[in-house]
Amino acid sequence: MEIRWVSRIAVAVAIGLGLAAALAQPGGADDGNVAVTIKDHKFDPEMIEIPSGAQVKLLVTNADETPEEFESQALGIEKVIPGGQKAEIKIGPLSAGTYEFVGEFHEDSAKGKIVAK
Amino acid sequence: MFLGAAIIVFREVLEAALVVGIVMAGSKGVAGRGLWIGGGIGAGVLGAALVAVFAGSIAAAAAGMGQELFNAAILFAAVGMLGWHCIWMGRHGRDIARHVSEVSNAVAAGSRPLYALGVVVGLAVGREGSEVVLFLYGIAAGSDAGALSVLVGGIVGLVAGAALGAILYLGLLRIPTRYLFAVTTWMIVLLAAGMASQGARFLVQADILPALGRNIWNSSGVLSESSIPGRILHTLIGYDSNPSGIQLLFYAATLAIIGCLTYMYGRQSSPAASAARAA
Repeated sequence: MEIRWVSRIAVAVAIGLGLAAALAQPGGADDGNVAVTIKDHKFDPEMIEIPSGAQVKLLVTNADETPEEFESQALGIEKVIPGGQKAEIKIGPLSAGTYEFVGEFHEDSAKGKIVAK
Repeated sequence: MFLGAAIIVFREVLEAALVVGIVMAGSKGVAGRGLWIGGGIGAGVLGAALVAVFAGSIAAAAAGMGQELFNAAILFAAVGMLGWHCIWMGRHGRDIARHVSEVSNAVAAGSRPLYALGVVVGLAVGREGSEVVLFLYGIAAGSDAGALSVLVGGIVGLVAGAALGAILYLGLLRIPTRYLFAVTTWMIVLLAAGMASQGARFLVQADILPALGRNIWNSSGVLSESSIPGRILHTLIGYDSNPSGIQLLFYAATLAIIGCLTYMYGRQSSPAASAARAA
């Protein structure tokens, strides 16, 4: 009895997710890449300007030996980048404004922001 | 460094500890719960270490989106387990509360899906714990001075996070048993909704789901998610200072689905209750 319900819910959720995925617009135009390096627990560059409405890809290289977590509440991003590795983070489209991000493991020094104009 | 380490570890441990606190209160008096919850914590710690060790491979999987998919999968698995437990409680919880001291209750309680809660605890501890392990590993591997102060800071953060979970647990236990399970069941529904919203965010990050509007609101100025109250609300009710549309959709859908099923089952008389009446 209960198992039947669980499977029904699972089916309902699966259908919901399928619908959402079907409604998903394909990624949109890529408006270029921005390279960012983490070195000595700092972002370089610390300020990134992008046009508002654009979708860009941050190519983040963690040049430190230690892992870092790229985190931004404003952008809804949370991504661990192990030491010496690279990560791609899709940003936008953003409305005009300033969006801060941090390296969560070294929040004192690893700070940056994206300015959409 | 000491304070930084304490804060990071505290934040991650806090989330897992609050989940454990609610689950512990929600399974009060059930035989064998210590084993399941303790086992969940143990498996979670082990899982955290494994996730941290394989962080590089996980991140590189699925064209660089492995981490997002992994996190989303863990969160949705936890949502499923929490939902299953709520629906079960909707069916049997009333009887348990009514006959809490009776022998017949032990039978009903014994069949309770404790494994579901054990799995949830394991997933929560594993997910949050892996970040702690990565962070501490980074300190240990790096040449940064003051590794000892970081370690001590980490321990302070761990104890403080666990203490808040314990406070929540003890606070919930003050609720009369009659109402306790109703309260914990609804808290678990909110916990599940918040996890579903987070899972959706990871799928947006992986470009699998559309955001359906970014930053529907921005309340980071009022209550930042990185503040302690923000973090507590983030875990307990899924508070997000900058949610996207799809997160709100997943949140509402989870509340509606689990809430409706729990309520529907709660209205029906369970076999245990009918049997008790017949006897």
